[in-house]
Amino acid sequence: MSEPILVLKDLRTVFHTARGSFTAVDGVNLELFPGEVLGLVGESGSGKSVTLRSILRLVRPPGTVSGEVRWQGRNLLTLSEPQMRKVRGREISMIFQEPMTALNPVLPIGEQIAETLREHTDLSGKSIQARAVELLELVGIPSPRERLRDYPHQFSGGMRQRAMIAIALASNPKLLLADEPTTALDVTIQDQILKLLLRLKDTLGMSVILVTHDLGVVAQTCERVAVMYAGRIVEVAPAIELFAQPRHAYTLGLLNSVPGAGSTRRPLLQIPGAPPDLAALPPGCPFAPRCAFTTAECVATRPSLTAISNTRLTACIHQDKLTKTGEVAW
Amino acid sequence: MSETILRVEGLSKTFPVSYSLVDRVQGKPRRRVWALTEVSLEVRRGETLGIVGESGCGKSTLARCLVRLYDADAGKVEYDGLDVLGLRGAGLRHYNRRVQMVFQDPFSSLNPRMTVGQTLREAILVHGLRKPEEVPGRIRELLELVGLPKDAENRLPHEFSGGQRQRIGIARALSVEPETLIADELVSALDVSVQAQVVNLLLELQERLHLTVLFVAHDLRLVRHLSHRVAVMYLGRVVELVETEKLFTSPAHPYTQALLRAAPELDPARKSAVEAVKGELPSPLNPPPGCPFHPRCPQAFERCAKEVPALVPRGPEGRWVACHLLEPAEQPPV
Repeated sequence: MSEPILVLKDLRTVFHTARGSFTAVDGVNLELFPGEVLGLVGESGSGKSVTLRSILRLVRPPGTVSGEVRWQGRNLLTLSEPQMRKVRGREISMIFQEPMTALNPVLPIGEQIAETLREHTDLSGKSIQARAVELLELVGIPSPRERLRDYPHQFSGGMRQRAMIAIALASNPKLLLADEPTTALDVTIQDQILKLLLRLKDTLGMSVILVTHDLGVVAQTCERVAVMYAGRIVEVAPAIELFAQPRHAYTLGLLNSVPGAGSTRRPLLQIPGAPPDLAALPPGCPFAPRCAFTTAECVATRPSLTAISNTRLTACIHQDKLTKTGEVAW
Repeated sequence: MSETILRVEGLSKTFPVSYSLVDRVQGKPRRRVWALTEVSLEVRRGETLGIVGESGCGKSTLARCLVRLYDADAGKVEYDGLDVLGLRGAGLRHYNRRVQMVFQDPFSSLNPRMTVGQTLREAILVHGLRKPEEVPGRIRELLELVGLPKDAENRLPHEFSGGQRQRIGIARALSVEPETLIADELVSALDVSVQAQVVNLLLELQERLHLTVLFVAHDLRLVRHLSHRVAVMYLGRVVELVETEKLFTSPAHPYTQALLRAAPELDPARKSAVEAVKGELPSPLNPPPGCPFHPRCPQAFERCAKEVPALVPRGPEGRWVACHLLEPAEQPPV
């Protein structure tokens, strides 16, 4: 395998509030390879979106980010703000869950694309207009020349997401960070947007980090998956291997919670309890209080993310005792 | 099992949109959102009927019309021999006791200033189901039934997590001893691991209390898991209604087929690079003439743009489909 283009080393994002300090991202180590789609999955509050925002330094006070984000030989966390502006939106772009709040409601779509082009490319005048039309066409918006003058509210939800992708791609980024890009969309539109993203990734040679809570979306789009729980990465594996045999008790629980074909009207294998409070994490494995495999060792010490093969990492000391694939129902 | 408890016939509901001055001056008619158009279906006693579709397909409007939160424009709803749409006063209150609704967001449907105990007590006393001295016992019973801790009674809704709040919503609905539950996107706002807990609770309660359930949702996997039969809606109409496994193994309507193809499968080995269906949902302000799906349908032909296909039985398996493709070939008009 080639050199990773992005390396996260001990990334830690803490929010200091009046009610105490919340560690939203707790020592995340992760590598991303060129041309790869990496899925970052987890439930709400697991820290997946904050991880993404920390990469681009979009975390605002009272949040603080420490550790290292190594991108093309530089640590993004130590760059000056003017230097960072050249990375953000140019080399690394981001798209969000709710395009209506990410787009400017009082600016025509065409102007919002042109803005990015003026800021991040050498184009000017007529060529900006031409490139904007080209971009809208690329993301599958019909009659793009006419729609340049439209405002975001004149677009449907799916079209807005397409427009946002067009803006993100305007600068030919090498990395696209996608934060739940299809969660607000209907399933037929979600299908269209995901296929579009995969197609664009191939034609433009980008890498993608896709944050989602939907395991189906992960299975259909990602080559590699990192599972997060309570701010930590608990398992990393190629998608095919992860779905065939999870090596962390939490991943196993997640897969078992999703209803699958052939299990009609039978109780689902549920995970008891609720995710832990980030301000009061247990000293050991954060999943231990809800886990069926917990032993004294799990409660006492925090397991670290360790390699169990060339391609897989897990932070579960009982990874070899987890139930077989046959018991993961789908 | 086969006894019909709820029969819906030709139910329609439109919502007026604001009548702009420009439209008025130009003499244009007032525009309406066509939320439900001639919906007909039957629910059998003790079954779970799944109602599935994308946003704007009218599934929530249907649920709300059935409990009379909305007044339908036209059509008929019959519940156990009662004409539901004609009910007034005490009759309506009695019907609402028998048919209860649970909402997607329990935080906005529970009174934030009433403790769980107060909410439950009110429901029980309004319907006169218990003598006042029996109420505390009944509340404890209900909390246990939905798996909430005993001290929940004296706490306010904001002190609970999303999954627990949904349990409170279910306990509130069950407090009046209903026969039928209408669950509108019951678990959509919950994380998967918590979703499974609530789904299991619903399955268990239905078994114990012999409930009839209308499960309205957009998640196909959940609907498949919970329902005996499924109705698929598109742009205010039911396009297919059949037993769950038949729907998922051999969908008949092109829209059902597209919906199933679009739902992401949990198997990374089965990927497709082709989009399940092109185009977007048409606006319910201006639904297309003929079959609502024809502008996106890969198999649409001339007739689809002109004539609305009726929802009619197809084949021996009790499948209802509204599609011209499945109709016996007719002589084209000369």
